[in-house]
Amino acid sequence: MTPSVRLQEMIRVIRSARTQGEERGIIQRECADIRAQFRQGDNGERSHSLAKLLYVHMLGYPAHFGQMECVRLIASPRYSEKRIGYLGAMMLLDEKQDASLLITNSIKNDLSHSSQYVQSLALCTLACMGSAEMCRDLAPEIERLLRASNSYIKKKATLCAVHIIKKVPELAELFTPSARTLLSEKNHGVLHGAVVLITELCKRNPDTLDQFRKAVPELVQIMKGLVTSSYSPEHNVAGISDPFLQVRILRLLRILGHNNDTASDAMNDLLAQVATNTDSSKTAGSAVLYETVLTIMDINSESGLRVLAVNILGRFLLNNDRNIRYISMTSLQKIVQTDHNAVQRHRGTIVDCLKDQDTSVKRRALELSLALVSAVNIRSMMKELLIFLSFCPPELRSQTASGIFNAAERYSPSKRWHIDTILHVLTTAGGDVRDETVPNLIQLITTASELHCYTVHKLYRALVKDIAQQSLVQVACWCIGEYGDLLLKGECEEIEPMQVTEDDVLDALETVLQSHMSSPATRGFALTATMKLSTRITDNVDRIRSIVSIYGSCIDLELQQRAVEYNALFKKYDHMRAAVLERMPVMDKNLPGHTNGDTPGEIKEPDTSKPKPVEAGLLSEPASQVCDLLDLLGGTDTPLQPSPAPTSTPTTTSSADLLDLLGGLEPTPELTIPPAPFDLFVLKDKHCCVYVHVVPTVSVYEKNGLSLKIQCDKQTETEVTVSLIASNSTQNDITNFTLQAAVPKSVQLQMKAPSGNVIPAHGLGQVTQTVLLNNPNKASLPCFRFMRIRVSYSNQGAMHQDTVLIDSFPSTACQPSISPL
Amino acid sequence: MTMHFLLLFSRQGKLRLQKWFLPLPERERKKIVKDMTTMVLSRKPRTCNFLHWKDLKIVYKRYASLYFCCALENKDNELLALEILHRYVELLDKYFGNVCELDIIFNFEKAYFILDEFLMGGEIQETSKQSIAKSVEASDMLQETMEEYMSKPAF
Repeated sequence: MTPSVRLQEMIRVIRSARTQGEERGIIQRECADIRAQFRQGDNGERSHSLAKLLYVHMLGYPAHFGQMECVRLIASPRYSEKRIGYLGAMMLLDEKQDASLLITNSIKNDLSHSSQYVQSLALCTLACMGSAEMCRDLAPEIERLLRASNSYIKKKATLCAVHIIKKVPELAELFTPSARTLLSEKNHGVLHGAVVLITELCKRNPDTLDQFRKAVPELVQIMKGLVTSSYSPEHNVAGISDPFLQVRILRLLRILGHNNDTASDAMNDLLAQVATNTDSSKTAGSAVLYETVLTIMDINSESGLRVLAVNILGRFLLNNDRNIRYISMTSLQKIVQTDHNAVQRHRGTIVDCLKDQDTSVKRRALELSLALVSAVNIRSMMKELLIFLSFCPPELRSQTASGIFNAAERYSPSKRWHIDTILHVLTTAGGDVRDETVPNLIQLITTASELHCYTVHKLYRALVKDIAQQSLVQVACWCIGEYGDLLLKGECEEIEPMQVTEDDVLDALETVLQSHMSSPATRGFALTATMKLSTRITDNVDRIRSIVSIYGSCIDLELQQRAVEYNALFKKYDHMRAAVLERMPVMDKNLPGHTNGDTPGEIKEPDTSKPKPVEAGLLSEPASQVCDLLDLLGGTDTPLQPSPAPTSTPTTTSSADLLDLLGGLEPTPELTIPPAPFDLFVLKDKHCCVYVHVVPTVSVYEKNGLSLKIQCDKQTETEVTVSLIASNSTQNDITNFTLQAAVPKSVQLQMKAPSGNVIPAHGLGQVTQTVLLNNPNKASLPCFRFMRIRVSYSNQGAMHQDTVLIDSFPSTACQPSISPL
Repeated sequence: MTMHFLLLFSRQGKLRLQKWFLPLPERERKKIVKDMTTMVLSRKPRTCNFLHWKDLKIVYKRYASLYFCCALENKDNELLALEILHRYVELLDKYFGNVCELDIIFNFEKAYFILDEFLMGGEIQETSKQSIAKSVEASDMLQETMEEYMSKPAF
């Protein structure tokens, strides 16, 4: 009887099932059959039944009842049964199953079997699913096989040893002596295994790494032999002699040469030889070249070699094979920081790749292009990037937009160019830009006072054309409100003249107000802009008054509040109107991360829009920025609905003034404060720019006069930047102050240099240190916000050390605090 | 070149072979298979063969009606992975003679045996095609002669 007929018959029957239900029925019957077979015991049919079960398992049906059968078959003396039993073990058993331990003994026996094929089965299974316990049990056996057996077994034993070391790192010492001798083997399989083993050993233990550095000359010899050898049919792949082994050796050389001059020197010649002699017309050669480039970049190679490597990558960029272009761009991305000039030479090709069909290639080209932008090439690069933005796939839009903004901010040759660029992006991809763009752009516009006329004209025209892009509309409304008088004047040197009447402007704003496309925040902008125009236009003030009064009964609470306040401004406080609606002064640039980061559209949630109540005395921002509530007039001159400035802390004097100003008005119940930034806000007759700016600091450690506070500077999905501020209230200075931090494994930590290591006494000074936590896997783990800090310092000659555990960071400005674990 | 897993699936998403080099619970394996098939099958024809998934690199190649898909660690050489997949296809081709999907469906256990002579623990164990072919042939012979031997009556 041929073994597979029954199996193949069953497979045929299953495949002929026409519906899922029919298939399930067949499978159920077969499984019942198989179970019966297993119960019957030894009758020569067991291996077929297990094979059938494995097929069923691959289709996705449960097969756990076959686990014990695997164990039994492995113990059988028949090779056919062992073979299928081991296969079943690899498929159905893993180290988490209890049954896996039962095969340890069989494996042990089979490792010393007379037939090498039985030994090989055992080795393969151990390397595939061996648990730590099994590995510990069988390690001595494997070590023996490493030394004294034929090449067939040696190569398998070597890889088994690699698996053992991964599972039980302490056993690495067991295999280190034999690993060295294996390098003198001629058999490529064994040699390959040996290189893998040595790589694994070196990764685990720096001492072993030092030890194996002495093997560099030997490895170089082997490589040379491979590269210069004549055609060997056994190992040849597209003209390269054993590319698998070559790549592996190059990888090991990389690890051995990293940060070590002697080792790197010993490899220089070889790497140059491989780089120049390898034929890269097929994938095999390119794979070897690629690995060579990676090695050259990672060791202390001489500059000529590095240039050679970058040139290889440049050549790859022009290759027809898309894979190779992709590879070269990922590699260039890694080295663009260190070898910037060399990569710049290939800028043209990289920019061309922006037009490639493949999205992954486009993405890589985008990242690389953004990294290559410099003051010199900003204009041409930006042209390309803006073209790219118009045609790029939607998933790359926001990345492109933010990249363009960053580049523009760093390298813009002129303000006008900067504003033009931002406007271009907003018109093309306004929906994909980040929320900070609107306040940033407004701030930029206010600083470019000579361009106000130009800007407002441009924005007006863009607004008239299309009101769908919310960010653009918001900025346009704000500008029209502020600089409406310039718009109405008509002439502007830098742009074609266009007659704009007051009615046109009010029409435009009203369209925004009424359009269903406008978000609530946008409508807030438009309403305020309309109001501001009341002091800048002459004829249509009545029209403005009527618009404003209509919105006094708007369903949207925010708009209603504004409208009511503006109405009041018209009626009872008309004498103050001009002062209130005056032009805003130039604003200071916000520190990054301290803007009101809420999306303008979410004013409905009172939590996010209300700034966090500040804990007393914890304002750590310099006094130049008044931390006060930004909202229109609420809280200033109109006595009607003063927003009680929830952030007002007793410590800031300006807010104290504010409260005085309101002079005895009852505080209203808490209002939802819209997150729309930069609305006007005037304090008495002083002009003062305010925006929400609450940065709470939380004290995490107070002992012996040393206090440590933590403040969250910036918080995104994958990154948190915190500052640790230490102060000293004792009589003596604290010296040798150092902080060490530890974070969970999945988080990357970067500590910037501290501002100093001496903290003056009596709280006269502070030491600040910034820490960056990066969570690249974007796992929103609660433990992302875990950090353990060790503090050590000397005070009055005595050394002190202490540890602090931080399990939640304070929120950044105006964001709800993230609840800790 | 540590491979985390190797999958073969058809254009309709049916799994034909799965080799896992890491211990993962059954449920997670199923999920990964589903993710891989969806991701790879939705790729347009003239795109590159590399993908990013979680923190792994996925390398896939289509041979006739089968997709060969493997997962590598971030530091591994993707071009070499393409060569590994190609080598495996060559081995199957040599063994079955002009291999097609049906061969792998009906003789899946043989496909596994060949794979186990080529890769072990996620690493390559033999770089010579002839050597692997010889070992598989010898194991098959052993199976058959043992069978014949065992099916003879003992006395």
